[in-house]
Amino acid sequence: MPPAITADGLYKVFGRRPARGVEALRQGRTRDELRDEGLTAAVIDASFSVEPGENFVVMGLSGSGKSTLIRMVNGLLPASAGELRIGDDVLSSMSPGKVREVRRKRVSMVFQHFALLPHRTVGENAAYGLEVSGLNRADREKRATEALEMVGLKGWGGYRPSALSGGMQQRVGLARALAAGTDIMLMDEAFSALDPLIRRDMQDQLIELQQKLDKTILFITHDLNEAMRIGDRIAMMRDGRIEQIGTSDEILNEPANDYVARFIQDVDRSRVMTAQNILERPSETLGEDHGPRTAHRMLRETQNPWLVALHRDRTPLGVLWEEDVAEAVRTGRDELPWVPGREMPVVSYDTPIADLFAPSAHHLNPLIVVDEDGKFLGVIPRVTLLTAAGTGHGENGDTVTTVGAPDAAGGDALPGTTHDTLGGDR
Amino acid sequence: MNPDDGLVPRIPVGEWAETGIDWLKANLAWLFDAFRWLMEFLVGNFTEALLFLPALVMIPLLALLAWAVRSWRMGIGTLVMMIVVVAMDQWTPMLQTMALVIVATLFAVIIAVPLGILAAMNSTVSAIVKPIMDFMQTMPAFVYLIPAVTFFSIGLVPGMFSTIIFALPPGVRMTELGIRQVDSETVEAGESFGANRGQILRGIQLPLAIPTIMAGVNQVIMLALSMAVIAGMAGTEGSGKLVVQAISTLDLPLGVEAGLGVVVLAVFLDRVTAALGDPGDYKSSLLAVLRRRRTASPA
Ligand SMILES: Nc1ncnc2c1ncn2[C@@H]1O[C@H](COP(=O)(O)OP(=O)(O)O)[C@@H](O)[C@H]1O
Ligand SMILES: [Mg+2]
Repeated sequence: MPPAITADGLYKVFGRRPARGVEALRQGRTRDELRDEGLTAAVIDASFSVEPGENFVVMGLSGSGKSTLIRMVNGLLPASAGELRIGDDVLSSMSPGKVREVRRKRVSMVFQHFALLPHRTVGENAAYGLEVSGLNRADREKRATEALEMVGLKGWGGYRPSALSGGMQQRVGLARALAAGTDIMLMDEAFSALDPLIRRDMQDQLIELQQKLDKTILFITHDLNEAMRIGDRIAMMRDGRIEQIGTSDEILNEPANDYVARFIQDVDRSRVMTAQNILERPSETLGEDHGPRTAHRMLRETQNPWLVALHRDRTPLGVLWEEDVAEAVRTGRDELPWVPGREMPVVSYDTPIADLFAPSAHHLNPLIVVDEDGKFLGVIPRVTLLTAAGTGHGENGDTVTTVGAPDAAGGDALPGTTHDTLGGDR
Repeated sequence: MNPDDGLVPRIPVGEWAETGIDWLKANLAWLFDAFRWLMEFLVGNFTEALLFLPALVMIPLLALLAWAVRSWRMGIGTLVMMIVVVAMDQWTPMLQTMALVIVATLFAVIIAVPLGILAAMNSTVSAIVKPIMDFMQTMPAFVYLIPAVTFFSIGLVPGMFSTIIFALPPGVRMTELGIRQVDSETVEAGESFGANRGQILRGIQLPLAIPTIMAGVNQVIMLALSMAVIAGMAGTEGSGKLVVQAISTLDLPLGVEAGLGVVVLAVFLDRVTAALGDPGDYKSSLLAVLRRRRTASPA
């Protein structure tokens, strides 16, 4: 299957004679030089592809060209140069009628400020795309009602949009795009105008809807946390150029350049990073039919005060402590010395770091991380967790309270994310 | 008179205009005839229709209209004001002027709204139309009467002609403004769902521009009314003719009474059309009350 969206060397220059601007950019002139001539280079040489069913996020500060880019995808703005394909079809080679057909059948859009039609009811708004494509009233009302139900607005179809809160209005915007039944949805800062709490709700709901309906989403945001939460892959954009494309892990761990590195310092890592990002794989684990003597030898080799024991299918069995094992060896017992009260905290590999603090605080044992089948992946000792969240470096000794705002000096446990050269200007 | 006499040659703009108008008159006579016929037909019949019912039947109907679109207070006000007009013997001329104003407004709107739409969609059209509208509106109103009388001699038709021309500009301007004011993201939403130009115009731009367009229509009516009075100079029947007559004979009582007739008409037309533009603002209007009652009762 071809990618759902392919951009190939896309340019957009605003101003008179944009082709001249594209030529100048290709010859290495900068954006600022063009600005002096009255040309705005909004998008410069952007190439990417979005796979069917993927949630691809374009992230960048205000003015970096995100809206311009997304508007080229459905032809609201014609590209100054380069090629854009929806599936196998090249947008720029289509007649205006054909482009409208693409917008009706294949690509819909959700807007930052909702862009609902105030003179129509919520139901009529949700049905708008279908009405434009000439579907009969009964069918489009049915599909609009279904879409409203999907976004949690059952029973609101008869109201005017102005009677709804901002979050609900954007749900109508979402329903309008869903009702159109297109495979691709473009979302331009769709949640940026909403309160943080409502925003989280909408993000969760979007992820859920996407999994259920298998939509391809091109999502625009200026908020890196949002990008990391919902994006399968993220394109980092600056001043019209795409600086890096990668998964959130790739961007966090291997920022392509200083700009991206500087940007990700603002990320609330404890929300984005999960257990699998910081777990440690112990060099030795104990099999289920070994005795205290083997355990004792392993403990000496690993230099840890604890040892993880596993079932034969590699699901965790328990954690042994050095002093208990030594005691068992000394008294010559054959069974392993499980200590009640030191039960084992098991967490899933995809638990956000922020959610690891509670279990870690309640147990002396390191956290045991397992995969989706419950098999052992590694451990997270408490000290690793605290370092990963970038805490413990505060001058007044504050630790857990600063989890949400890691400082630049804190990321020791995350190779590649700390850039001392950048730390000074924060 | 002019110290620079002889330095700057006299340019006979006025004569050129006259030549042009003579040419128009000679070559487009059929058009003027058609216009004359149409105006006499429409205004003549409309005036007769307004005067068909006796004043004491007509006045409650107008009061009911004011109540329906605005408020019961406006209804009572209408009732009182109109009875005073009848008592001053100004009823017939006022209705003649009303017919003139309404027909002229109709024509002005039929020309102005499409022109405003074109200007909103196309910047070139806008750049051409705008100065013409400015010109039309700043030219002293009387001046229109001269070519109008040349084309149509005296009577109703030159009055209609100059009234339509004079009242046109705010209609064009407010239509263009109303459409351009529609939030660009909303228009984009229409485009992004594959609506074509016509669908965007009908489904998004015009409905959202209606309040502004209606404010323009309101201004058109007010301008038409002021011009309709001036048109009395060209012999158009109505309150205006009485005012002109009062001026030429220095007949103060007649001037005051005819003038009050115009004022009553102006207030009535202004308030009713303003309410039509923004029905949501008038919650005590009969229509709003009925609508509320219908939605409140179980369907
Ligand atoms: N229609 C336009 N005409 C001229 N310049 C524009 C236009 N639209 C956007 N720009 C410019 O292009 C740049 C990118 O804008 P935009 O794509 O809206 O950025 P973002 O959505 O990332 O905030 C900005 O400098 C903006 O001023
Ligand atoms: Mg934007």
